[in-house]
Amino acid sequence: MGKATVIPFGPQHPVLPEPLHLDLVVEDETVIEAVPQIGFVHRGLEKLVETRDYNQFIYVAERICGICAMGHSLGYAETVESLMGVEVPKRAEYLRVIWHELSRVHSHLLWLGLAADAFGFESMFMHCWRLRERVLDIFEKTTGGRVILSVVKVGGVVRDIDDAMMAQVIATLDGIMDDYTKIMNTLLTDTSVKNRTVDVGYISHKDALALSMVGPFARASAVNYDVRSFGRGAYGDLADFRPILDDGGDCFARVKVRCLEVLQSIEIIKELAAKMPAGDIEVAVKGAPADGAQASNVLEQPRGECYYYARGNGTKNLERMRMRTPTSQNLAGMTSALAGCDLADVNMIILTIDPCISCTER
Amino acid sequence: MGSFKLGGMTFGSLFKKPETVLYPVESKPAPAGLKGHIVNDVSLCILCGICQKTCPCHAITVEKKARTWAIDPFRCVQCGSCARACPKACLTMEPTYTPVATAEYVTTLEVPDQKAAAAE
Repeated sequence: MGKATVIPFGPQHPVLPEPLHLDLVVEDETVIEAVPQIGFVHRGLEKLVETRDYNQFIYVAERICGICAMGHSLGYAETVESLMGVEVPKRAEYLRVIWHELSRVHSHLLWLGLAADAFGFESMFMHCWRLRERVLDIFEKTTGGRVILSVVKVGGVVRDIDDAMMAQVIATLDGIMDDYTKIMNTLLTDTSVKNRTVDVGYISHKDALALSMVGPFARASAVNYDVRSFGRGAYGDLADFRPILDDGGDCFARVKVRCLEVLQSIEIIKELAAKMPAGDIEVAVKGAPADGAQASNVLEQPRGECYYYARGNGTKNLERMRMRTPTSQNLAGMTSALAGCDLADVNMIILTIDPCISCTER
Repeated sequence: MGSFKLGGMTFGSLFKKPETVLYPVESKPAPAGLKGHIVNDVSLCILCGICQKTCPCHAITVEKKARTWAIDPFRCVQCGSCARACPKACLTMEPTYTPVATAEYVTTLEVPDQKAAAAE
């Protein structure tokens, strides 16, 4: 056994665009401990809630993270609506979920492209990002923005999707699905991908529960937990929603679960588009949250459960806004999976857990 | 090898329309619903200042005495709050792409006094 050495990983690293620093304690080629360090992109966004009113803060909330922008604005709006007892029209709920699921598709495709690039599979990276571009085009046509959508407001949504536009969206998604199925089958049956991912970074069902992992990374260890299955909002109108689970617990299982979730999200969008009710897309929200009123909310972001907490003080500015993002839950699982792995597998394990540090630090 | 499995799709791409455009020679047409940028029709503006209060990033400054309406496009996040709050519907979001800026600037518009003009 060689002498223990510390190898720094990040915050600038070719495989991980996120500013995460890890001190990898290695002996020979084996990582014996990984000590994470974050704090490079803290912007104090939760504190800003004291200087922006509850309507204005929605634009701050969606800037927490570029990939989960839609999710954060939705999660925040739902929390404030529950704080003020606002009931959102059914059509607005459907539109919100459609955009949220589209953002899940674009998030997963972005991650899949980056993961493929890290495998050395550059053509797949280009195909994934080509398909993701079509999702961004849908966003641009329906909301006016590609990444920051600014489409959710407290009390509903600011834009509607008419039937002609919805038909275009569904046609585009059908095209994406055809190409994506080919890409996914290639990835999941490829021998070189399996060589890099099978039995690498194993997290057992017991560990995933003990470390409170969430999202597709927990579901890859057979933890049956998906906030969407609570059936709130438009999710409650789905004929059948079952979280995608795998009992592998390794990097391959995590890749597989996220790959299959893209197809699941497209199916959800198609089903909701077919069932879309007519009616208003917003209700007028007046007044301010009561002094001492509290509300909490959970939302399934692309990377897992995100928890929101808000407290009012009788003014238009909230007293407190708190978010607990999926990555802060999954970091413990990641460091646990890194302990004992080969140094060459570190980037694969980190990428399959896909930490989003911008969300985590806010 | 995965690359050969994707070969059909990659080869087919040779005969399809390119997914990208040759920017800046060619540019994408702006979709009708694009957020674009804020435009003020000053002939309708009454300088009420609601847009200034609504703006989450303090990009708009309304000077009632000087009769000016100013927007800092480097602060504006194209959220559209001002356009939705405007009681006279003089603020709109023009769905066009703007050229890349070479310097920071603030757009200041003089709002004509309709009442004074009518009195004269």
